[in-house]
Amino acid sequence: MTSLAWLIPAALFLGLLGLAAFLWALKNGQFEDLEGAGWRAIDDAPPGPQGKSKPEPD
Amino acid sequence: MEGAVTTAAIANGAADGAAVVPARETQVFTAPEIMCGGCLKTIESTLADTPGVFNARANLSARRVTVTFDPAVTSPEIVIAAIKSAGFSAAPLIEGRDEVHAARVSELMPRVGVAGFAAANIMLLSVSVWSGHASDMDDSMKTLFHWISALIALPAIAYAGQPFFKSAYAALSARRLNMDVPISLGITLATAMSFAQTMRGTDHVYFDAAAMLVFFLLIGRLLDESMRARTRSAAENLMSLKALTATILDKDGSVRQIPSRNLEPGMTMIIAAGERIAADGIVVDGTSEIDESLITGETLPKVVSRGTRVHAGTLNAASPLRVETTATEDNTLLAELSRLMLAGEQTRGRYVRLADRAARLYAPAVHLLGLSTLIGWLVTGHGWEVALTNAIAVLIITCPCALALAVPAVQVAAISRLFGQGVLVKAADGLERLSEVDTIVFDKTGTLSLGEPSLALDQPIDADVLARAAGLAVMSRHPYAQAMVRAARARGIAFEPQLGVAEIPGSGLSLVTPEGEERLGSALFTGVTVTDPRQAASLWYARPGRAAIGFRFEDRLRSDAPETIAALQAAGYQIEILSGDRPDAVADAATALGVAIFKGGVRPDEKLARLAALKQQGRVALMVGDGLNDAPALAAGHASMSPSAAADISQNAADAVFQGEKLGAVVETLKVARRAHRMALENFGIAILYNIAFVPMAVMGYVTPLLAAIAMSTSSILVTGNALRLRSMKLKLDRVAGKQE
Repeated sequence: MTSLAWLIPAALFLGLLGLAAFLWALKNGQFEDLEGAGWRAIDDAPPGPQGKSKPEPD
Repeated sequence: MEGAVTTAAIANGAADGAAVVPARETQVFTAPEIMCGGCLKTIESTLADTPGVFNARANLSARRVTVTFDPAVTSPEIVIAAIKSAGFSAAPLIEGRDEVHAARVSELMPRVGVAGFAAANIMLLSVSVWSGHASDMDDSMKTLFHWISALIALPAIAYAGQPFFKSAYAALSARRLNMDVPISLGITLATAMSFAQTMRGTDHVYFDAAAMLVFFLLIGRLLDESMRARTRSAAENLMSLKALTATILDKDGSVRQIPSRNLEPGMTMIIAAGERIAADGIVVDGTSEIDESLITGETLPKVVSRGTRVHAGTLNAASPLRVETTATEDNTLLAELSRLMLAGEQTRGRYVRLADRAARLYAPAVHLLGLSTLIGWLVTGHGWEVALTNAIAVLIITCPCALALAVPAVQVAAISRLFGQGVLVKAADGLERLSEVDTIVFDKTGTLSLGEPSLALDQPIDADVLARAAGLAVMSRHPYAQAMVRAARARGIAFEPQLGVAEIPGSGLSLVTPEGEERLGSALFTGVTVTDPRQAASLWYARPGRAAIGFRFEDRLRSDAPETIAALQAAGYQIEILSGDRPDAVADAATALGVAIFKGGVRPDEKLARLAALKQQGRVALMVGDGLNDAPALAAGHASMSPSAAADISQNAADAVFQGEKLGAVVETLKVARRAHRMALENFGIAILYNIAFVPMAVMGYVTPLLAAIAMSTSSILVTGNALRLRSMKLKLDRVAGKQE
């Protein structure tokens, strides 16, 4: 039973980590263009000149 | 994030020793031809090479490009030209008239994440507690688990439940009841009671049910909202592409292009043949023919010359014009139309949605039931505590999870099905209103017909003659000439463009050949005397030494219009045609379609009056129209649809916009709307069955937290599963019941 003392916090921490990752991705515009992201992944060319095609903060 | 940009800009400035930070402007453009990943790359790299553009990001899902540029170096027009040079059409995005929304996608998403986290973790703890009943879990451990659940649930529900709390509060302060009132009450009571029970260390803890409820309902709301956002964005894309630009002649003789919304009174516009006029004005130079079909429904071009007033949205058919813009407020036509539209919107009145109508019955019933449970247990001599616990259990069980999902789930399935078929349902309650229709009023020009001239099919024309005439016509932008070229192409006739064709504005085309002069144009120009009035809309082709040949043009009906009307009539809909076009043209179309009730030469206010008369007779009318003259009627009809080629005011007023040449979209929309209505009722049925099964148990005090969790999730899944069937179901148009009382 004592193992619960650290198992529960560990489980909650991992869950929170997942939630934080989701909220970060949301805020960072990762879900803005779901169709386009798939295509960009298979694009051979390096990202645009001087990183111009990086997402712009808005 | 913005801080980072500023710091970078300042750092740059400091490094250069210059104090000037380049100004940044961000604008969104719509580019509907973005279809694949390669397009993204092409557009982005083209724009990256455009001077003055800092950053360009294309979006495949939205078919839009966001560009940040330096307004001192470049302009939206240059950006559009750059996108065009990459092979895509583009236009600056015009945001549509927005409705007030309870909650938006960007606001709902993080709440869904938080609710999901809470629901999953609390459920883990709850399952341990429930299985603990069967094994050896002691009370102190149970209480610990309940406390941890409370720790997760309280902040999560307080944050994630806000859309419901706000909506319920708004409804209550307006002295109305909506579905969010019982939802909020259920969630709040469940959480509060569970917290009280946790402090006392008993078993009735419903944190898992409350968190799950919030999670499911948020998902329902998110799907609904994101579907609506997608439709809205597609509608905005359509409108933006249709927005007009004007070519302006400045006082110093220079010529520039500006968007029509930047036009000011007193500017001089140059309007080439084949262009739409961007703003109302008065002709100052030139003589031409104007196609006013989008404004009045009239298909015959009108001759204009110096001093004639022309309206925005009309098409210059024949030769270049110079038009001086006038203030829009002066315009009696637009002012009159917007006054009529306002009147139309008022006659439609406030529509109460199905879910809210259900809530008006459901919410009081549930609250009474909870109260009587409380009183019942008190009267039978049980203490306050037992009575209160059971009363709250009733409220938790009846918390309308399935009921609140019943309508949105169906709507999402229906709207996404229609979206795939090119129908954009824009109004939130549009689908519900469409399902109640029993009468359909069509406009003729541009709605039943294509709204552009095409060569009449009933005349015998030699392929050689058509090929020869099309060879001349291909050099002109006049609508008739273009119709001639289209007709030749449609018949698979190969023709060679003729060189040396001269266009005489307002008259026609002429070509000098070794045999003499060939002419293609008006009757006067080709020396023909017209006796038959039906030949008015025609072109004549005269060759040396031969009789002139006439080509008659008509505004042809959409290819599937007869089947569509027949299908609608077979299903029992009353069909009417109301058009601003000449009565004889309307009569021809009505006869061809087998429509008995029709009227031509109808003014916008007469259309409104007709809709009001139909309403008086107890009929529920769907208005289908495209012209500016239809806009008031579109706003007044119980429901309304317009083709995507419609005037922008009309598209804004319509509940749904259909794309493409086929009128069958109207039938498809009605099918889906009616089926969606039936499925929403089915879903209510499922939800009520669930209540009948579980409410008595709750009243008797047999409901445990485990039972509540199972009951809630099963009913929600059943309702959603039922709604999803609509996506792939084969549909047929059901008969409408006769006149409704």
